[in-house]
Amino acid sequence: MNTPTITDENIRVISLPNGLTILAQPMPWLRTAAFALAVRAGVECEPEGRGGLAGLLCEMAQRGAGPYSSRDVVALQDNLGLDHSAGVSSALASFGAAMPGQSLPDALRLYAEIIRRPHLPGDQLDDALMGAMQEVRAIKDEPTQQVILRLKKMQYGPRAGRPNCGDEAGLNAIEMKDVNQFYDQRYRPEGAIMAIAGNFDVEQIIGLAEELFGDWKGALIEIPRDASGLPGYEHIQQDSSQTHIAFSFDAVPLGDPNYYLMRAGVGILSDGMSSRLFDRVREQRGLCYTVSLSAHSMQDRGAIIGYAGTTPERAQETLDVTMREIEALVDGIEPGELERLKVRVQSSLIMEQESSWSRVSSLISDWYHRGRVVTMAELEQRIESLRIDSIVEYWKSNPPKGYRVVTLGQKPLVIPPSRNG
Amino acid sequence: MSTFRHATLSNGLKIAAEIDPRGYSASFGYFVRTGSRDETDIESGCSHFLEHMMFKGTAKRSAADVNRELDELGGNSNAFTSEEQTVYYATVLPKYQDRIIDLLSDMMRPSLRQEDFDTERKVILEEIAKYEDQPPFGAFERVMERYFGPRGIGRRILGTSESIVDMSRQTMYDYFTRRYAPGNIVLAAAGNVDFDGLVAMVERLTSHWGDLVAAPAPPPDDASALPVGIATDPLISSPDAAQAYLVQIGPAPGGNDLDRYPARLLSSILGDDSGSRLFWELIDTGRAESCSLWTQEFMDVGALFTMLVCDPDDLSSNRRIVEKTIKRLLRDGVSQEELDQAINKAVAGCIMSNERPSNRMFEVGSDWQLRGEYTDLDKVLERYRGVNVDEIGRIADKYLTEATVETLATAEPLTQPT
Repeated sequence: MNTPTITDENIRVISLPNGLTILAQPMPWLRTAAFALAVRAGVECEPEGRGGLAGLLCEMAQRGAGPYSSRDVVALQDNLGLDHSAGVSSALASFGAAMPGQSLPDALRLYAEIIRRPHLPGDQLDDALMGAMQEVRAIKDEPTQQVILRLKKMQYGPRAGRPNCGDEAGLNAIEMKDVNQFYDQRYRPEGAIMAIAGNFDVEQIIGLAEELFGDWKGALIEIPRDASGLPGYEHIQQDSSQTHIAFSFDAVPLGDPNYYLMRAGVGILSDGMSSRLFDRVREQRGLCYTVSLSAHSMQDRGAIIGYAGTTPERAQETLDVTMREIEALVDGIEPGELERLKVRVQSSLIMEQESSWSRVSSLISDWYHRGRVVTMAELEQRIESLRIDSIVEYWKSNPPKGYRVVTLGQKPLVIPPSRNG
Repeated sequence: MSTFRHATLSNGLKIAAEIDPRGYSASFGYFVRTGSRDETDIESGCSHFLEHMMFKGTAKRSAADVNRELDELGGNSNAFTSEEQTVYYATVLPKYQDRIIDLLSDMMRPSLRQEDFDTERKVILEEIAKYEDQPPFGAFERVMERYFGPRGIGRRILGTSESIVDMSRQTMYDYFTRRYAPGNIVLAAAGNVDFDGLVAMVERLTSHWGDLVAAPAPPPDDASALPVGIATDPLISSPDAAQAYLVQIGPAPGGNDLDRYPARLLSSILGDDSGSRLFWELIDTGRAESCSLWTQEFMDVGALFTMLVCDPDDLSSNRRIVEKTIKRLLRDGVSQEELDQAINKAVAGCIMSNERPSNRMFEVGSDWQLRGEYTDLDKVLERYRGVNVDEIGRIADKYLTEATVETLATAEPLTQPT
């Protein structure tokens, strides 16, 4: 039997004079191809009091573009077999799709129209706003999302922590001129990233991308940065079956040289069924069904976010045990724990080669956060070289403290001042 | 190209594999033909609870050993329980084939220790509480119970808090002895798999599986009473819910009926998340948060679900739009263009989801377990491409005219569902 490894990556990076970066990674063993195009039009770019504008524009851009009506766009997407998505994050608005490889040229032509020549029909603003309002209402019914959204605001600050779906007041205030202005200011090639991966003819596709986007023009205006949020505790009173607990603390940004030391600690705590939180909170004590910890680093700030859901009478114990386990990471790491983490990362990197869409997502994220491509081989090497003492040292120098905590449920919990002071 | 191979071991265990030596990974899964439809009232939730207990150790391994070894092999491993199957699976790098097979096979003969049973019971109760807080607040389970009855295919997978609190370890053990015989299990594999090595190893590892003595069947249920913790009210009151959640269910072709292909296309035309008739009526216009229509196939029956989520004040008007949209399709049929679009979408979706060995493994395992057949991807694509507008019309007449049953979860129910 052959033993697959990471294949040579041949990633092409093309920087167009207008500021758009094109990243292309051929994966000729696949039947599919995928692309994503991200512009700097995420929620942190929204004007004050217009929460929801970024997501609304992203949706409205697909309501007809260039020569295509709204229905034409959907018919094309379906007939080309696009598994498509569009959405906003804190910094970016992204459009993309995975598809059978032969559809890629036509898909790029379609999305060039959507990004560059959307109709943004004023007579459909009310429909789009009603749809956006539905999303805001839907989150009210999802306790897990509710606590995480509140928490992000506390952690990242009012601008960087804005919810992707916006808020009712913001949506109610949006007019067509806001939509047009936001489009004009933010859907620009400067800082935009296009990633393409999968089975395609590299020269043909790069040529096509240059033809479709080369004469796109416009520079960006800097957006203001605000400070991160402050430690604290908020409780949302609700007669739910479980108490939903979300908490966070500061961590390094994505491009930081210590990022992997931080991320490795999170992995030992929460990746896999033998991870400390799963084993000690769920398996040994039966305190909850879901307990998790993950790294949420941005370009200029970072955080580690945890979540647990448990019935009210066990909620305090769940929170106490979870925080204690996180803080105990500095007491040492078993060699087996790090070894398992390395195997997990290596396996997932090798398997990432089975999906053009996974590669596209990684390429966009790496370029945005680090300003460069991280090959799978480099990532594998970085993980392989991690040592226990450096991980412990990072966690000693950056101990979890200043927690932000949000709970939703029948009664509030007690957070010791030492933890969120 | 991939090749299909299969074997039946001397103890009755079946192995089915779609092998592609170019794959980066290998995926394996034990498919046990047991699920909530095979339970009695006192066993309600047992299949799923047992699925959790299978990770709790064997004669050779502690619970921590099982979890640790799964993580040592990287990849993705997990399990799930449905109405008719319980599946334990892992996707790993091909070099770990022997180790993952040794582990998964050992897990299939668990210790079921009392202490682990008591701890895991708490986890199951937490899982039930978690779903009670999540939309659509139990409306799916309730509508299945109302349509199929609360036993058999309509029995809820997690059981109820009451049935889980009442369950004994002995009940679970007896259920295990009846359901986990080798003749009731398929091992499926896909991707970069050494098939001959797999068969030889599993033959050796499972040679004692036939020794399991099946316990007598539990007493039959009292059909005149509802199972404990079950209600059949069409309304579910969720005082904190912002939205209204309406679920309807009606008949559809079962998993052995070739009409399932046109039925899937019909539901895509009517109620897919994007680009369907209901999408243009209700989602594009912002009238509803979501409105989808889809089929689910069991071995012998099928179900057509419609789910509408919107502001409670708009429920009545939106429901009328759904009814009108279906009536119009029954009257006018579908156009060739519409059907082509649905076929193109379905075909591309199949090609993409089947690119990963893990997804192929689920297809191969379910096909072999539930239908005793193998269908390669090209055959599936051919079946979709072969559907014509007349067939869509015939399927619509047959299934969309049947009576449906509803459940509504909302804060303040304004209208009594039918």
